[in-house]
Amino acid sequence: MIGKLRSAIADWFDVSQEREGSLLRYTKLRRNMFLLMITVTIVPLSIMAVINYHQYQSSLKRETLEQLHALVNKSKHSMQLFLQERLSAIQYIAHAYSDEALSKPERLREIFYTMQENFSGFVDLGLINPSGVQVNYVGPYNLEGKDYSSHEAYQEVRIKGSYISDVFLGYRKFPHLVMAVERRSPGGQNWVLRSSIDIEQLNNIIASMGLGPDSDAFLLNRKGIIQTPSKFYGQVLDTCPLDMPPKSFQPTVVEKTDPQGRDIFLSYVYFPKLEYVLFVVKPSSDIFRAWYALKGQMLAVFLIGVVLIVLVTYKLTDLAVKRIRQADERREAAFRELEHTHKLSSIGRMAAGVAHEINNPLAIINEKTGLLQDLVQNMAGLEKKDKLLGIADSILRSVERARGITYRLLGFARRLEVQYELLDLNRILQEVAAFLDREAKDRDVDIVFDLQEDLGRISSDQGQLEQVFLNILTNALAAVEDGGRINLKTWQESENQVGVAIQDNGCGMTKETLNHIFEPFFTTKKGYGTGLGLSITYGIVKKLGGDIQVESQENVGTTFYIYLPMK
Amino acid sequence: MSGVKVLLVDDEQEFTSALSERLEIRGHAVRVADSGEEALEIAEAEPPEVVVLDLKMPGLSGIEVLKRLKSMLPQVPVLLLTGYGSTEEGIKGMQLGAFDYLLKPLNITDLIKKMQEAVGGSQ
Repeated sequence: MIGKLRSAIADWFDVSQEREGSLLRYTKLRRNMFLLMITVTIVPLSIMAVINYHQYQSSLKRETLEQLHALVNKSKHSMQLFLQERLSAIQYIAHAYSDEALSKPERLREIFYTMQENFSGFVDLGLINPSGVQVNYVGPYNLEGKDYSSHEAYQEVRIKGSYISDVFLGYRKFPHLVMAVERRSPGGQNWVLRSSIDIEQLNNIIASMGLGPDSDAFLLNRKGIIQTPSKFYGQVLDTCPLDMPPKSFQPTVVEKTDPQGRDIFLSYVYFPKLEYVLFVVKPSSDIFRAWYALKGQMLAVFLIGVVLIVLVTYKLTDLAVKRIRQADERREAAFRELEHTHKLSSIGRMAAGVAHEINNPLAIINEKTGLLQDLVQNMAGLEKKDKLLGIADSILRSVERARGITYRLLGFARRLEVQYELLDLNRILQEVAAFLDREAKDRDVDIVFDLQEDLGRISSDQGQLEQVFLNILTNALAAVEDGGRINLKTWQESENQVGVAIQDNGCGMTKETLNHIFEPFFTTKKGYGTGLGLSITYGIVKKLGGDIQVESQENVGTTFYIYLPMK
Repeated sequence: MSGVKVLLVDDEQEFTSALSERLEIRGHAVRVADSGEEALEIAEAEPPEVVVLDLKMPGLSGIEVLKRLKSMLPQVPVLLLTGYGSTEEGIKGMQLGAFDYLLKPLNITDLIKKMQEAVGGSQ
């Protein structure tokens, strides 16, 4: 699946196949890896963010609405309790006292004052006789003798036994409601006890709900007439501009847009047995203010997450591609090295063959010329004797040169095989140095020999040793400036160990470089070094049972110490 | 400096003829053998003071000749001649009791020095 995704991503960017080169390949690889990693991290993160978003939103809404429910329910109960208490008080009085007692003005006043002391809100109290005429009245108004027989409320109380009116404005223009209770006298006559109630107490209950400045709560009757003052939807006895919601005795929430154009949550409940409906209005913005804050935080966390992912992914991808690239380059270098070695190996075998074949005729030329020289030397009175001797000398020198060449060819060839032999370490050092003689001379680098004369022969591999010294000397030559100096020193370290020191006064190494110097593929020759030279050197010395150490100081120089066993 | 009785063994006659003459000029008594078999015969007939033996020869090899010489005349030192590329043979020879080995082409002074060392060392 990932492979598909990858190729899809590659296709998507329609990478031009015409442009070639490894650089493009790594750029492409980096981009694909980056996009893939970004995709597999950001996509799940985004999905999680969306899911969380909706979950938080719905849970926050549910929580807010539940609070609203509880508030509405509690307020409804408080209001119901308030009205029920007062109705019960009037019912109690209606049944506890006789018609006679209630008809007496002093008695009724006494009862009324007791009521006022125990229950807040009673404004007046009146007794209506079976004919519908108020025969006794205590209160601020002069309502005695008023005929209620034609009032709808009077009819209703006769039918239902009790009655609670809608709110209305009385004579003094303050809102109140009326409660009436029927009383059946022992004589079978139906009297009615009525009382006006100040709705201030209902306002107090609403105020105690502790709603915010944008919220509103008020009581309506079932026809939609406002019963207690509303902040936004009209005065008492105005018709509420909001449509009446369907009847429900459980607190219910509906989402609406009010006439002012605000999005609101309308929470309402119908009072059972009573004609009232409680409205609590909260603007949606109020409820979602907390949500917006949370949403902001979530967005911030999400964005920070994305930025971090992008940064880390970018860095990681970069690092990974760099590593891959380095590994590729090293592998290529190793291949090149191997190829080179193979090439050297076949050249070497050929060289060895040629050198062997040439050595024998050389030996003959050498001896014949030597004999010629001897003979001429002993011939008295020979003309041009000196010239002849000179010619013989010249031939011998040429033989010597040819011998040097065959030796070097053989030495080169034999570097590829492993074989122990008794070796003159000093001579090997001199021969290796001779390889680099031309470059040293060109650059005016002084190669100084400080070799112990009577150094014992060691049993080791000549070719391998030559490679060791050649590697180190090549490095030394690279390290020194033109006109620099390289010291080659040998000494008898102990009875069965010899020491070689190769010291240069070149640029030296940092401690960091020094720590990694024998590691494979470590190179400071950016671009053309394989980083194999010194690791091979180290490997050879160890294989030959020796040890190699290095001391270096920046801008002072480097010294390699090699200790080799005699046997 | 007294002359040394030396037996020179090499299949390359051009080489031995010149070298033997040069050694004789320098006062040494040289006998030449063109093969291992011949060398053994000569040595048996009259043991030389030192043998100069080329390792690379057709027929009886230098190493084989060395072995037989050493069992026949253990006290006679043997100097080996070898090409630069076949030093392992030289080492093998050393292990078999050869006094030393020299690389071809030779430097006559070196050869005489080694010969004298060998004779002196064995005395």
